[in-house]
Amino acid sequence: MIIAEHISKIFNDIKAVDDISFEVKEGETMVLLGTSGCGKTTTLKMLNRLIDASGGSISIDGKNIFDQQPEILRRTIGYVSQSNGLFPHYSVEENVSVVPKLLKWDKSKTRNRAQELLEQLKLPLEEFGHKYPDELSGGQQQRVAIARALISNPPVLLMDEPFGALDPITRAGVRKEFLELPELKQKTIVLVTHDVQEAFELGDHICLMDKGKIVQAGNAKDLILKPANAFARNFFDHQRLFLELSALTFQDILNIADADSAFQNNADNASLPEISAKASLWAGMEILSASSKDALIVRNDTLNISKIYTTSSIQEAYRILKQHN
Amino acid sequence: MEVQQSLWEFMAQQSDKLLSQTLAHIGLTCISLLIAVVIGLPLGIWIAQRNKAAWLVLGIAGVLQTIPSIALLGFMIPLLGIGALPAITALFLYALLPIIRNTYTGIRGVNPAVTESARGMGMSRWQVLFNVELPLAMPVILAGIRTATVINVGVATLAAYIAAGGLGEFIFGGIALNNSNMILAGAIPAALLAIFFDLLLSLVQKANVRKMRKVSLVLPILLLLLSSFYIFPYADAKMLGGFTPEFMGREDGYLGLKSKYQLNMPTVVISDAVMYKAAYEKKIDVISGYSTDGRLKAYNLITLEDDKSIFPPYYASPLVRKDVLTKYPELEAAINLLSGKINDSIMTDLNYRVDYLKQSPEKVAQDFILANDLYKKSKNGNKGVIRLGSKIFAEQYILINIYKALIEGNTELKVETKTGLGGTKICFDALTNNEIDMYPEYTGTGLLVILKPTKNDLAALSGSREKVFNYVQKGFDEQYNLQWLKPIGFNNAYALMMRKEQAQSLNIRTITDLKDYVSTDNHRH
Ligand SMILES: Nc1ncnc2c1ncn2[C@@H]1O[C@H](COP(=O)(O)OP(=O)(O)OP(=O)(O)O)[C@@H](O)[C@H]1O
Ligand SMILES: [Mg+2]
Repeated sequence: MIIAEHISKIFNDIKAVDDISFEVKEGETMVLLGTSGCGKTTTLKMLNRLIDASGGSISIDGKNIFDQQPEILRRTIGYVSQSNGLFPHYSVEENVSVVPKLLKWDKSKTRNRAQELLEQLKLPLEEFGHKYPDELSGGQQQRVAIARALISNPPVLLMDEPFGALDPITRAGVRKEFLELPELKQKTIVLVTHDVQEAFELGDHICLMDKGKIVQAGNAKDLILKPANAFARNFFDHQRLFLELSALTFQDILNIADADSAFQNNADNASLPEISAKASLWAGMEILSASSKDALIVRNDTLNISKIYTTSSIQEAYRILKQHN
Repeated sequence: MEVQQSLWEFMAQQSDKLLSQTLAHIGLTCISLLIAVVIGLPLGIWIAQRNKAAWLVLGIAGVLQTIPSIALLGFMIPLLGIGALPAITALFLYALLPIIRNTYTGIRGVNPAVTESARGMGMSRWQVLFNVELPLAMPVILAGIRTATVINVGVATLAAYIAAGGLGEFIFGGIALNNSNMILAGAIPAALLAIFFDLLLSLVQKANVRKMRKVSLVLPILLLLLSSFYIFPYADAKMLGGFTPEFMGREDGYLGLKSKYQLNMPTVVISDAVMYKAAYEKKIDVISGYSTDGRLKAYNLITLEDDKSIFPPYYASPLVRKDVLTKYPELEAAINLLSGKINDSIMTDLNYRVDYLKQSPEKVAQDFILANDLYKKSKNGNKGVIRLGSKIFAEQYILINIYKALIEGNTELKVETKTGLGGTKICFDALTNNEIDMYPEYTGTGLLVILKPTKNDLAALSGSREKVFNYVQKGFDEQYNLQWLKPIGFNNAYALMMRKEQAQSLNIRTITDLKDYVSTDNHRH
């Protein structure tokens, strides 16, 4: 758990970060979102003391970070920098083994761990271990950087635009793999991005920043549907429809509307595609547009109900929901 | 004339010396390089972190770099004397700038994202330096070491001027003796060394950045190994000779001392610019000086009597192109006005005023002309231009200033002077190539360095002043179309010199005395 209280950073009279506070719960992913220069990186680096805060207090898992020696502190926090920062003169295996070496792990332990991790990241050690960063694609480099940050199994992970250098398609792919990594399920993560879609996909909790201040904090739905001010509203304007559909889940519309009764009692229903009620409306619409069927089954396992939706019934429900908000 | 010896024959015959000079050369280069790396690298690393110190340190190193190498050696002598120490110090100072500068730029050039991620993973400052910054900066640092090496191989030739050895001994000896084989025997290995080191380091430098960690281990060891080649050219001998490169290679010099006198003493090679002072400061004991040199007087040295007459007479005479004498017949008379006017002691005194009292050669020449009623106001004529050349020492500067006044005062000709033409070979080549019209030369030099008679011819001359003069006059006339005019009067022959008080306390008056003293001394050990 990370608690930051009233932290600031002043670079020769410029307030890069201006008195912000936040809290990241154990196992949660918090996203720092904002336009270029708003202070995201500065905030992140204060957490592992790559930048020392000008004021405020930060504690990680109950310990004040200023009480620890920076090097020792950093060895317990995974860090992926804005540009991957791999050592060009180290092979993939050597790059990944930097932190274990600092922690004086024995060789076989390091190797086994590297093997396990690179396997998960689809870079088998046997094939990639001896390669050097310039022999890898951008996406592969990013994954090595992530492996390097994860190897010592730190409870906390800081990532600064880890997918920033990738083209949108690769980026979406790497992000998907990332979401599915078992390694990450338990971690407390702070992730910096200026990509709204990424923030919505990965963040349990999002801090929208502007000019060194947190404009609004909350989950995706709060941010998109209840903007705190004009900046927050405008920030999402350019892809509002998409974002709203991504932020809203079927759970939110389950009681508002569903498909015509014509569909409800159709004999073919057994062959319709299914989706969880936790999924976003956008995800449902994507399935519909890819499928040959006109409807899909939405299932809520906890309440043990399922409903059937068509594209037009989803749109109708969305329209009603917006009017009520 | 003897049949020209081929370069290979010369190298084979001198292979011992060649090897020891080459090893000394490599050693000098590598020792100074090693010290420069040991000091320059940490300094470069330090200033990479401190911008304010950077410009100061780089500025100082840059200024050192611009000092001409000969001058830098010159500055070293009063501080550190002669021999290995000043040579290595000077070479070290030259190697410093490229190493500091490249270390600085190399480390500054490391991608900050990489060092930041290194710190982010919990590396300490030293770990970042040794594991990340240095290996990544290594190609640039190596480029600096490479530059420094090539500079040092070149500058190390000058070490021969201050008794530190190296291939300069052959090069400067060869220039002084007009012996192309000797020059090449020094210059070719020196050039090959430079090329070899350059190639070697360029290979290392281009080696993949990934192998840099190995390189940074191997290189210091290699340097250390090569440094050990440098065996200091002299141990603590009781009696040490310091001879010019020219003297070392001459029959009427060191070779004659060995064959005719059986004089066998440890020697170092040294430039005549610093030789007298080194003798005065007891760095060396016996030197090969010139008998009219003013420093003889200044440093309280005495000449040893040449009791077996191995040094031929060196009467100074103007050596002139014959076509110039024909074109301007009045020239000869003007030049001959000086004939017979300067004897040995007058010349020594004139030299003393320049070398020791630091009067300008122009003033000393002017005073002499006035004192001897030779003065005539310059006619400021423009009938033609006579180009006077001189070798690079005071006596020649004085003489050509006197000639300038005589020619401009007595003829309608104008004089242009080209001073400091190095040794005999440079002056003589300038004269035959019609770049100058005359310069003062010595009969002995003309005989032994230019004409190179056979042993039999030489024996027939038997050191007689007239015979030698007639022989060179005839030879130069026939072979080179050059004219020796009447001798000026003094005999600036080679002489062995010692500190007066040492010679007197050891009771050494002649070269034979010296030989006796040296050989008994050697027996005792
Ligand atoms: N070392 C520094 N010295 C001076 N100013 C700095 C320094 N680092 C950052 N800044 C300034 O602080 C502000 C915030 O920078 P920061 O790097 O945190 O932005 P960011 O939100 O990460 O932007 P981006 O999305 O472009 O990475 C910027 O105005 C920047 O110019
Ligand atoms: Mg940033």
